Amino acid sequence: MIVLSKEKLSIQKEQDVVLFRNRIKELATKIGMSLVNQTKLITAASELVRNMLRYGGGGITQLEIVSKNSIPGVRLVFADEGPGIKDVTLAMKDGYSTGKSLGLGLPGAKRLVNEFDIKSEPGKGTTVTIIRWKNGL
Amino acid sequence: MERIPILKMGPFLLVTIQVDLYDRLALTLENDLINMVSKTEAKGVLIDISAVSIVDSFMGRILGNIASMSKIMDAATVVVGMQPAVAITLVELGLTLAGVHTALDVEQGMELLRNKIGQLDTDEEGLYDSFI
Repeated sequence: MIVLSKEKLSIQKEQDVVLFRNRIKELATKIGMSLVNQTKLITAASELVRNMLRYGGGGITQLEIVSKNSIPGVRLVFADEGPGIKDVTLAMKDGYSTGKSLGLGLPGAKRLVNEFDIKSEPGKGTTVTIIRWKNGL
Repeated sequence: MERIPILKMGPFLLVTIQVDLYDRLALTLENDLINMVSKTEAKGVLIDISAVSIVDSFMGRILGNIASMSKIMDAATVVVGMQPAVAITLVELGLTLAGVHTALDVEQGMELLRNKIGQLDTDEEGLYDSFI
């Protein structure tokens, strides 16, 4: 996989989320991603960035345009230094939430992207990486 | 603080969301709307989301909350103008917006509301689909 562009955005408050979503849209538009795929990617990002703010106390996002077998895609990394997730398998289940939400955030985000990776260590933080390919189904 | 305006049109309240929502703005809207329903004794609430490009689980939940709260306050809620990409994404996300009435545009939404409060015949009810 080749990284074609890379930038970082710090997310510390809710208003940063709007800027972050707009930036993803710009990148997705740049590689010619369809509107439906863009919407899925941005919605997934919106879920993950909320988790980062709510449970991780904010963090750093990384936005990249990547390419594999000459197919472009957008890769997003969400890294926080919050309390981490005790049981990642449980957190990935539909309807599970430690907060008052619907518990759709993590599993929903996973369904909306092509590649999804989550690493979490209690006490150290959580890092989620997602990729949506331009023509990915 | 940023706010989304709520317009009163006869027995209905009309909200057109022209900006992309963030959580606090959505919560403020929920609060303002319920207060307005109580203050104006509105019989229906119409929310136009045609300019909204992203509805995630939080905003979906707010829409559901508004519908449930309005129902308890004896007002019907219709969400209109959802973009196709948003609808596809919502269902894949796992959010079905059960209990929220929808219509394709403001006009149809208004008619649905009028039907709901019984000002019109119910002949045309088949035209409107609930978001399953």
